[in-house]
Formats: sequence, structure tokens, C-alpha cells
Amino acid sequence: MNNTDIKQNELAQIELTETVGNIYADDAKMSIRNADVYYGDKQAIHDVSLDLAKNQVTALIGPSGCGKSTFLRCLNRMNDTIDICRITGQLTLDGEDIYAKNLDPVLLRARVGMVFQKPNPFPKSIYDNVAYGARIHGLTNNKAELDEIVETSLQKAGLFNEVKDRLKDPGTGLSGGQQQRLCIARTIAVSPEVILMDEPASALDPIATAIIEELIDELKEKYTIAIVTHSMQQAARVSQHTAYFHMGKLVEMGKTEDIFTRPSHKLTENYITGRFG
Amino acid sequence: MTNSINNLKENSKENTDMGNTTISTTLSTTEKVALSLKKRHQKEKLFKRIGLFAVIFGFMLVVVLIGDITSKALPAFHQHWVKVDVNYKSAWLNIDDSSALNLKKANYRSVLKKSLYQMFPTASGKKLSRKDKRQLSKLFSTNAEFTLKDTLIASPEHFNKQINVWVRLDDDVDSYLKEGFSSGEAGLRLSQQQAQWVAQLNTEQRIESRFNISFFTASDSREPELAGIKGALTGTLLTMFVTLLLSFPLGVAGALYLEEFAPKNRWTDLIEININNLAAVPSIVFGLLGLAVIINLFGLPRSAPLVGGIVLTLMTLPTIIIASRAAIKAVPPSIREAALGLGASKMQVTFSHVLPQAMPGIITGAIIGIAQALGETAPLLMIGMVAFIVDVPTSIVDSATVLPVQIFLWADSPERAFLAKTSAAILVLLSLLLVINVTATMLRSKFEKK
Repeated sequence: MNNTDIKQNELAQIELTETVGNIYADDAKMSIRNADVYYGDKQAIHDVSLDLAKNQVTALIGPSGCGKSTFLRCLNRMNDTIDICRITGQLTLDGEDIYAKNLDPVLLRARVGMVFQKPNPFPKSIYDNVAYGARIHGLTNNKAELDEIVETSLQKAGLFNEVKDRLKDPGTGLSGGQQQRLCIARTIAVSPEVILMDEPASALDPIATAIIEELIDELKEKYTIAIVTHSMQQAARVSQHTAYFHMGKLVEMGKTEDIFTRPSHKLTENYITGRFG
Repeated sequence: MTNSINNLKENSKENTDMGNTTISTTLSTTEKVALSLKKRHQKEKLFKRIGLFAVIFGFMLVVVLIGDITSKALPAFHQHWVKVDVNYKSAWLNIDDSSALNLKKANYRSVLKKSLYQMFPTASGKKLSRKDKRQLSKLFSTNAEFTLKDTLIASPEHFNKQINVWVRLDDDVDSYLKEGFSSGEAGLRLSQQQAQWVAQLNTEQRIESRFNISFFTASDSREPELAGIKGALTGTLLTMFVTLLLSFPLGVAGALYLEEFAPKNRWTDLIEININNLAAVPSIVFGLLGLAVIINLFGLPRSAPLVGGIVLTLMTLPTIIIASRAAIKAVPPSIREAALGLGASKMQVTFSHVLPQAMPGIITGAIIGIAQALGETAPLLMIGMVAFIVDVPTSIVDSATVLPVQIFLWADSPERAFLAKTSAAILVLLSLLLVINVTATMLRSKFEKK
């Protein structure tokens, strides 16, 4: 009871103003400037600007309901499916406005893939799960090429050796960690440039989580990754940049080691030292 | 007034408080739980019993219904035939030779009658009276002369010879025999003389009971011994074909549009309310609509399975749409997100993920709708499918009737033999329903496996 009171008071005293730290990256794959997101009348994201550095992992951390998932979903226009959601600001991928009128969200999502919190394989075979993206985009008409895509994707996701003998089995029959790696393989199969991960390990046990984290580390060689996570240890382990969100605002952003060793903002410090959140 | 109520409330509160305190001072939590446990278990037991009773009651009703219908329907599945000594005399046939043309135009009625008069000479050797003659020929089906004709045309060598031919008995005689020569209702319809002749035929072992194949191969007839369900069954199948062809794609498309594509606004809310209301509209109203619009305005033929199918589609559509929407809603959103996240278009998400997953539910809804339509009579009466139709329909624009209407027509007929026919037709309708349901279950499990 008392503890919460103290926390509330502390929060009230700290004013949220400008983002502190460095939001800019030398080699930005995606740039977001002054993004506001509204759900109906309610504003979920307030004036967020940041860069996603190419071939690096950017972690988005913050307490529940701070808008980090909402923000992530703006990056491949998944929020388009929500009627009442409205987004303003400048969001670019390789300097190209992703909310431009003439840009098809389908094309964008082929370039910016997404891995979700809960593993969500299609109720189809493992093979079909991975091949689905390649099929719908018409990446190949050739059976051998498709086999190749499926195999390399599964290999990159570190799943191939476990499932190579049962590619025709349903993807839903795998364990949770395997399912999530299948979802990652499915995303990779489309050869995106950016992969967005929304708490990809939150439904997994520590061993499966460790495997996914290793995988993320390998994937950054080829892809630009943004990951939302609740676990600060995970952010510290896998990311090069960290952005701390609080109540829809970007409080602080910088190199991961800076954020976790000497945070500039009081709120960030409170959060990473575990005083709330 | 309010004061007194408040007082009352407070009093009762105090009472319960006191009760609580007394209990809590004397009993531990475990004891309190144990006390309430007995009551809770009793409630559970009571509910179980009520449920079991409801199930047994429902099951009994079904058993009684099916048993009653089956027992009444059984006589319709067999029929009595009689062996007649037919003399194909050229004089009686009124033809000179057995050429094909002559055989076609010959007078078989006179052959039948005269052969019968020979078979039943009067005791005194005198000729039969006019009344007796009429009564005698009434023992046999009106179809008997055609049986004679078919027999002779099939084997013309019997020309001018006497042979045995099996012909159908009249429905009154048939019923009399089925009731075991009782002087019950069927017996009352025969005169003493007729009953005597039947007994004579029986002792001469000229009467035989055969499986009534014509019940399945013939269409409706005024004569019960000739009436069959082929016409009505064909009409039903054609009508259901039209209904399924129209209502399934339209219903699924409507449901998919409303769930996946339509914006959520006042208009779609209005449409939803309207669809729900349509499901509750009395079916005869759809029949009136069909008569006014489809027949009178668009000029489609009346009594046709096409029009019947359209009217039943109007009736089935809301059921299919409501069930399909529920099934589509039940598809987990994570699947849609996964496909969208891979860059699938809305159309691809809908047709390769949402629809296959919703299919079992959609099929269930469609079957409920079709089963409803299968038993529907009222709207079809309005569009003229109640007519007496002897021909088996061959296309969806031919005049036709359907099984439920046929049942309605037969149930309305005064001839006693139609009683069994009615029950038999009901049995066929129920079997059709069973076949549809089994097919649906199989389809459903097939889709679920995928």
C-alpha cells in the first residue's frame, strides 16, 4: 500500500518533456519523426521520434500499457486493421514514407516482417507454414526453389534439424519454443529487410528463450530488428540500442550499455533498477 | 415509508451479522465449508437428475414418434396382386391380327371384363347382373387393363390364347386384405358379394403380397394403389439443389463481407438487425413475396422448383449468414495477424485462413438451414407447388411438388390407403434428412481434420 503511494508520488514529480539521449543512428534503416497515434479520441503515442539502426537490434522497453507494442505495430502498418486507429507523423523505410497514399501495405509488410507475442503458426503443415509467404508473393513457381527457401529459412531459424523428418506434420503440433522459431522461419522466408518482434519470448520457458535470443543475435547480420520486451535482461543481452517508453512517450534512447549502466532520466533509472513497472 | 424500509434492512443486516458471529465463534472454516458442501452437492444432484429426465423424455418422444410412423407406414411398402386368367380373344380385343399397331389400339378393358366374368360364373349358371359386373371390376385396380396391354405387347404370341396375368387389386381390397379380412373400416367399403369373391380368390391362392416397388417409381395418382413418391422426391431434390446453390454461396459471401470487409458503422448495424429479423419472419410471408415478385413481376413459371428454391433461399439465407458470421468470428485473430504480417492481402487472409477454419461451423449452419427448407410447406403452397402433378419433373422449370406438400396432400385424401402412404412418405422425408445430416457430419469432420 505504502510502496505504491511512494511510487505514485515519485512519478507525479517527474515531468515528461523532451526525449533524452540519442535517438539518431548513423545508418538508419527506419526513421520515425514526431509520430502520434490515436485510438479514437485517446492518444496512445505522443510525439515519438527515433531511428532503427541498420543490421542492429533495437529494444523497446517500458511498463505495460506504455505504447511500445502499438508503436511497433505502426512500423508495418498492422494498425491499419483497427478502424479507429489514426497515425500522424513521418515514418520512413530507407527514406520512403511508409504511410504514403500510393504505398501498398501488402508490399510494406513483405519488407517489414513481424513475429508476435504468442506463437501463431497456421493450422497447416510445417512446410506450408514456411512456404506460405513465398507462395502468396509469387517468389517462385518452382518446387525445388520453394524447397530451398523452406530449408534455408528453417535452418536460419535453427529449427531445420529438429523438424526435417516431419515437414508434413502440422505446425501446431510443435512445442511452444519450436512454434515461435517456426514463426520466425516463416517471416524470414519472405526475405524481409526489417523484422519486428513483439515480446517473442514472453510465452516461452528459459531454455527456449535462450535459443530465441541467440537466434536474434545471429539474425541481425542480415536483418534490422526491433524487439519489444518486458525483460530488461533480455534487452541488455540482445540489443545494441534501447528505447525506454513511458505512458506513450519516448523517455530515453541510447546505446544499450549506456541505458543500463548510466541512465540519464530519472524514470529510466527507476524502471531499470526495478522500482516500478 | 423509506425509514421503515431502512429499519427493516438494518434489522435483517444485524440478524445476519449476529448469525455470522455466532457461527464464526463456534465453527472453523473447514466446518463451515463442510456444512455448505452438503447443500451444494444436493443442488448438483438435483440438476443432474433434471437434465437426465429431460434427455430421456426427449428420447422417448422421438422413439414413440418414429415407432408410430413406422408401424403405420409398413403396409404401404407391400401390395396385393391377383392372378387373372386372361383370354386374349381377337373378338374381345376387337382386332384381327397381332400386328404392333393393332395391339396398341386393342380394347383391353373388354378383355379384362369378359375374362373376369368367365372366372366368376354365378352359382345358378346365369349371367352376372349389371350391378355384380360393376362390383366385380371394382375389385381390380384401374391400372389392370394397362397391365394386360403391356403383357400382350411384350409377348404377342399369347394372341388368341388364355394365360395367367398378375394385376393389382384395388386399394379398398388391398386394405381389406392387409387388415386380415376384418369387417373393420376397410371391410365396410366392400359389399358382401365382393368380400365373397375376395375370399374365393384367396382360397384359390390367386392372391400374392409383393413389395410395392411402384411407391418409389411412380408419381402421384388419384388411385392409392398406384400413387408413388418419385415425383415429389425429384421435386424436393431439384428444389433443394436450387436452394443450396443459391443460399450457400450468397450466405457465405454475405457473412464474409460483413465480418471481414464491411466498415463497422450504422449501416452495417442496421443490416445486422435486419438479417436477425428476417430469420424470424414466418415462412408463408416469403411465399407471398415469391408469388408477388418472382412469379407475377419476373414472370417465372409457377409450381417450378426454380421458384420454390428461390423462395426457400430467402428463408434459409439469414440462418446461413448468422451461423457463418459466428463461425468466422470464432477464428482466432492471431491467425489473421500472422498472415497479414507476412504480407498477405485481405483477400488471401480471408480465403486461405479464415474461410477454411470457419468452414465446419459454416457447414453446420448451412445444414440447419437446408434441413429447415426441406420440411417447409407453407411458402410452397403460395407459389403453386401444391398442384396435383402426375409427371416426374425433369428440370427446375417443370411443374413439381415436394415431399412435405405431397404428405400434406395425401393426409388430406379420403381414401383409406393414403393413410399408410402418408406415413411412408414421412418416413422417406425423415430418411432424406438423416442422409443430409450424416453427409454434413462427414464433411465437417473432413474439414476439421485439415
